[in-house]
Amino acid sequence: MAGIPHDHYEPKTGGERWLHKRLPVIGLLYDTIMIPTPKNLNWMWIWGIVLTFTLVLQIVTGIVLVMHYIPSTDAAFASVEHIMRDVNGGFMLRYLHSNGASLFFVAVYLHIFRNLYYGSYKEPREVTWIIGILMYLLMMGTAFMGYVLPWGQMSFWGATVITGLFGAIPFIGEPVQTWLLGGPAVGEYTLTRFFSLHYLMPMILAGLTIVHIWAFHTTGNNNPTGVEVRRTSKEDAQKDTLPFWPYFVIKDLFALAIILAVFFAIVGFMPNYLGHPDNYIEANPLVTPAHIVPEWYFLPFYAILRAFTAEVWVVQAASFITGGIIDAKFFGVLAMFGAIAVMALAPWLDTSSIRSGRYRPMFKWWFALFVVNFFVLMWAGAMPAEEPYATISLIASAYWFAYFLVILPLLGVFEKPLPRPATIEEDYAKHYSSATGGTSTVVNPAE
Amino acid sequence: MIRTLTLSFAIALGLSGAAAAAEGESKVIDYDFSFEGPFGTYDQFQLQRGLQVFTEICSACHGLKYVAFRTLGAEDGPGLPEEQVRAFAANYEVFDETLFDGEGDFRPAKPTDHFPESSLSNAPDLSLMAKARAGFHGPYGLGINQFIRGMGGAEYTASLLTGYTGNDKEEAGAILYENTAFPGGWIAMPPPLYGDDVVYADGTEATVEQASKDVAAFMMWTAEPKLAARKQAGFAGTLMLTLLAVLLYLTNKRIWAPHKRKVKHPAE
Repeated sequence: MAGIPHDHYEPKTGGERWLHKRLPVIGLLYDTIMIPTPKNLNWMWIWGIVLTFTLVLQIVTGIVLVMHYIPSTDAAFASVEHIMRDVNGGFMLRYLHSNGASLFFVAVYLHIFRNLYYGSYKEPREVTWIIGILMYLLMMGTAFMGYVLPWGQMSFWGATVITGLFGAIPFIGEPVQTWLLGGPAVGEYTLTRFFSLHYLMPMILAGLTIVHIWAFHTTGNNNPTGVEVRRTSKEDAQKDTLPFWPYFVIKDLFALAIILAVFFAIVGFMPNYLGHPDNYIEANPLVTPAHIVPEWYFLPFYAILRAFTAEVWVVQAASFITGGIIDAKFFGVLAMFGAIAVMALAPWLDTSSIRSGRYRPMFKWWFALFVVNFFVLMWAGAMPAEEPYATISLIASAYWFAYFLVILPLLGVFEKPLPRPATIEEDYAKHYSSATGGTSTVVNPAE
Repeated sequence: MIRTLTLSFAIALGLSGAAAAAEGESKVIDYDFSFEGPFGTYDQFQLQRGLQVFTEICSACHGLKYVAFRTLGAEDGPGLPEEQVRAFAANYEVFDETLFDGEGDFRPAKPTDHFPESSLSNAPDLSLMAKARAGFHGPYGLGINQFIRGMGGAEYTASLLTGYTGNDKEEAGAILYENTAFPGGWIAMPPPLYGDDVVYADGTEATVEQASKDVAAFMMWTAEPKLAARKQAGFAGTLMLTLLAVLLYLTNKRIWAPHKRKVKHPAE
């Protein structure tokens, strides 16, 4: 296997040799768990474990919930109440699952911001990044469909609005929308197909998680300096790294325990805080809620969707050039998906050869603004579609695109980077001096 | 930078919750309830009084279709003795399709049956109303202090029942009543409480405010019957995970110690 040079698994007993010859599964697990990891990773490198844990949490609670849930417009809402009232521990399962979705998105956004700041998406980790974006899209699809399943008012109307977006696609929009809904409007067959896909997509997500890990285990982790681990020899590599087990496993588990303590406090004491009260009213196609608001994790993109109204000159220009094929509604849809697409292209849009934002004096400020901008979008997305929120959404959406399409390409040309450490070891030694300079005290539990 | 990032994340979470609370300018009074705060539980006697108000007044129009009679015996709920639950259920008639050679017939309800649905088509079912009207608390409607003060659904219910001004108007053939808590200010439900509408067995005076609070607490229970168990699980979970975090912190520190010495060139 390519990657950072390190000790590989050697079967010791006769039984191990027998298995290793036929299926090197222990070796695979050993190499995965003992992978050399840059020893200067900070606390922003914990979100991967949190995400993996949350995926497992969601799948496990979800499998049990499915045993009691009935995917039918007549019975879905009542079956969720059955879970909340009659199933042993059912209320806990459901609250863990619904708040688990929020934990998932908190973690994924922090994970993405970590990536963007430390330039983890840059060469040679583009494939890891692209797979990550695909996983994020799958997460969004899964969360959206999951929110429809309880068949409350927000479930129904959220589904109506979001599937309506596909209706905005010129020419093929209407058949696509009908195909998604399984009929002319949100109804029985929308619910059953969303249920089916809500179960399928996490399984794909689990598969992609393995590919994601495989990809970054090939390239090695990025780290706060953005300087690569030395691969010239095993000894050099050992000066820059420590094995994943036990150093990073314990560190990550510590962080996970703190995050879960907060998570459990929310589930136990304010489980409906992040939900919408209207979803405790059964879906009613005849009554439209005053404000249809998506879940908090969709709000930034919801704001981008709504920002491009027919009054915006870019929209008017697009409409004029395409002879009206791209109207304001379709432009909004394009902008929303485009926002994620430009983010996916970051490895090719960012021209700077410096990975880590730590050594990029100008980038730091643009990035900080990008993060603030993200929260502005989130806030604007929750507000009604009127002034001044419309203008704020528009400015914030423009900055989102400008960040990827203008700022990242130009910064690489104009910015003068700060001096970087030559090695990870050098950076690490500035903060800590290890007992003997590194190698000899490495705990190796496999011995 | 990362720290500010995490902090602003928490704030944004609060803001998005605010949107839900922002709609409808209604005046909700912050009544105190026993189930507020991290350790608050239901007041059994209040739930029993609330059940009485619901049975004698609200149930004329409103249903509680998700609530089973047997749950009235729940210890962290109204806690009625078994015979009383049986007797209470028997006051209701339910349609049983297995009776009368499969044609179905009415029979007295058993504890395993549910309360009936609303008898008026425009009277909403009240099983979940306390949660469907939640989210009124906090500065600027942020909802942050619902951790301390509860979700707000019960406060809304009580404010609605005490919020009638006595004015009414006719609109499109229907009479609307002015109400300070109802979004929009005019509600179709006539004032249900006038004071001394019920006679409480425990001697509590049945003022409009008292009866409103009692039935609001009862409705909170119908919406969230597992509140006590949930808070207990939250408390135990948080405590155990905090303990686990401390142990992991110490383990982590120990493991990393040889690689994180601040002293240079130790004699080793």
